[in-house]
Amino acid sequence: MTSIRVIKPGMYTTIQDLGRSGYQEYGMPVSGSMDHFAHRIANLLVGNDQDEALLEMTLMGGTYLFEEDAVIAITGANMKPKLNGEKDIGMWRSVSLKKGDKLIFGAAKEGCRTYLAVAGGLDVPLVMGSKSTYARGRLGGFKGRQLMKDDQVSFNQSRISGQDLKGRFVQAGSIPTYETAVELRVVLGPQEDSFTKEGIADFFSSSYKVSKDFDRMGYRLEGKKVEHEASADIISDGIVRGAVQVPGHGNPIIMMADCQTTGGYTKIAHVISTDLWKIAQLKTGDRIRFKAVDVYEAHEILKEKEKGIIEIIEGFHCKRLKEDKDLRLSINSKLFQVKVNEVEICE
Amino acid sequence: MDKDYTIKPSGDCALLIEFGNEISEEVNKRVAILKACIEEAQIAGIVECIPTYRSLSVLYKPCEIAFDDLKKKMEAFIENAGLSTEALGKVYIVPVCYGGEYGPDLQNVGAMNKMEIEEVIATHVSVDYRIYMIGFTPGFPYLGGMSQSIASPRLKKPRTKIYAGSVGIAGEQTGIYPIDSPGGWQIIGRTPLKLFDINREDPILIEAGNYIRFVEIDLEEYRRIEKEVEEGIYTCKTEIILPGGGKNDFH
Repeated sequence: MTSIRVIKPGMYTTIQDLGRSGYQEYGMPVSGSMDHFAHRIANLLVGNDQDEALLEMTLMGGTYLFEEDAVIAITGANMKPKLNGEKDIGMWRSVSLKKGDKLIFGAAKEGCRTYLAVAGGLDVPLVMGSKSTYARGRLGGFKGRQLMKDDQVSFNQSRISGQDLKGRFVQAGSIPTYETAVELRVVLGPQEDSFTKEGIADFFSSSYKVSKDFDRMGYRLEGKKVEHEASADIISDGIVRGAVQVPGHGNPIIMMADCQTTGGYTKIAHVISTDLWKIAQLKTGDRIRFKAVDVYEAHEILKEKEKGIIEIIEGFHCKRLKEDKDLRLSINSKLFQVKVNEVEICE
Repeated sequence: MDKDYTIKPSGDCALLIEFGNEISEEVNKRVAILKACIEEAQIAGIVECIPTYRSLSVLYKPCEIAFDDLKKKMEAFIENAGLSTEALGKVYIVPVCYGGEYGPDLQNVGAMNKMEIEEVIATHVSVDYRIYMIGFTPGFPYLGGMSQSIASPRLKKPRTKIYAGSVGIAGEQTGIYPIDSPGGWQIIGRTPLKLFDINREDPILIEAGNYIRFVEIDLEEYRRIEKEVEEGIYTCKTEIILPGGGKNDFH
């Protein structure tokens, strides 16, 4: 059976692709992975299409048994993945697993969400064009819900040989670091006129804390209240991922992957698409500051980021990881532990 | 001349086009017309649109279409749309079994408005309701045009479960619950139709910009239709609105 068996489900693990777009006019949320960058890279490392479905783990990863040989890649937050409970598994690289291998994930040290892609992709039915789980609507992914103990998730055979995938890795400079305090760039509006001058000034000069309420639908923040001119309510209009809503209580809420398609609260700003991954990797107590950019700058930033992804892909073809070595170096009688990646340059 | 609409960014991947700040059929029709124009033009880089009461969100891929180009295209559509494209649409006929087990609050709604329940039903079926937008949950229609004479406040204590198909009233709004969900609307009846059915080829039955007409059915009819819906052989009846407004008026 080409499947992954869930031994321990972790805190909240779902199957996601890049989302179910095209049905928002019918009230259907997009869903999809929270951190698109980590998602796309995980798939690329195992030769999948970038939007192929994979596992998104949250805070605590779980344990998964591979019932067939597979090539996998792990990206996102570091949950200290181990193979069969002993050997550390490298992240941001392709890894070959043997039938019967067990992948064990712990708790995320930095960041919040970890992605596990399998070469060939996960074999779950397309629901309205997507494999993403929308748990509130009980649809998509694996039976429309988070994974539970003993679930068996099938995966497809990869079209690319394991030999071709071997040694694919992302260079250290391209691997994001997950900070506990981030700056999010936002495009102001569209309801910026609903706020007082002071309200907007406070929004940009304060540091906001991620509250206990954060999930795939949204992140509720705490901090300096953003003051409205008059009402916090508008005639309901469309909501997209990254919208920063401010209801009457004055605390901002950032709308994320599972957010509803329409809503009636004022939106002070929208986090630019390039920065959404930063939110996906935040958890309770982490801090956020907002910085304004205009839509043209946002597009330039996005194009730069896309260039970076193309460079990563090109890197797969000219550099391959051969071996990891943990070395101990003694310099001036001081002992250093050094990780060395032996890389093969192919022309 | 000042433009009677605004186009603003909603972040870096969406535009928000606003036609006004009111809930009116006229404004909502402009939203529907623009959406139809965009869909017909099949512009590369546009992902999808979210139509609401008075605005249209247009989601796009910035790597495929530049903000200014998209904005200009939208302006051209709006300037030229005006009268040339008439949004006609259709009426979905939605059978409803009122009262009893399916409409536990029907009597309540009658009592609050000092009406017999027959009168409440007659009032509720007397109008074609415009589907202004769909949101909240997949397939949930925001309907406009209900008579104020049957308006009723939300329940003080919302129910933890309202069955899919339930038809309710909240203030001056009426609506249908597409899936089982908690809710505080006064429930006056239930339709055997499934507004949302993930196993159907078109999971969502209705589309914004059209109309819903409720017709009263008895329990026997309800069971018959319910069975046909289960078997996948029931087709929702619709009526096309003729050019020149050959239909009833909405007020």
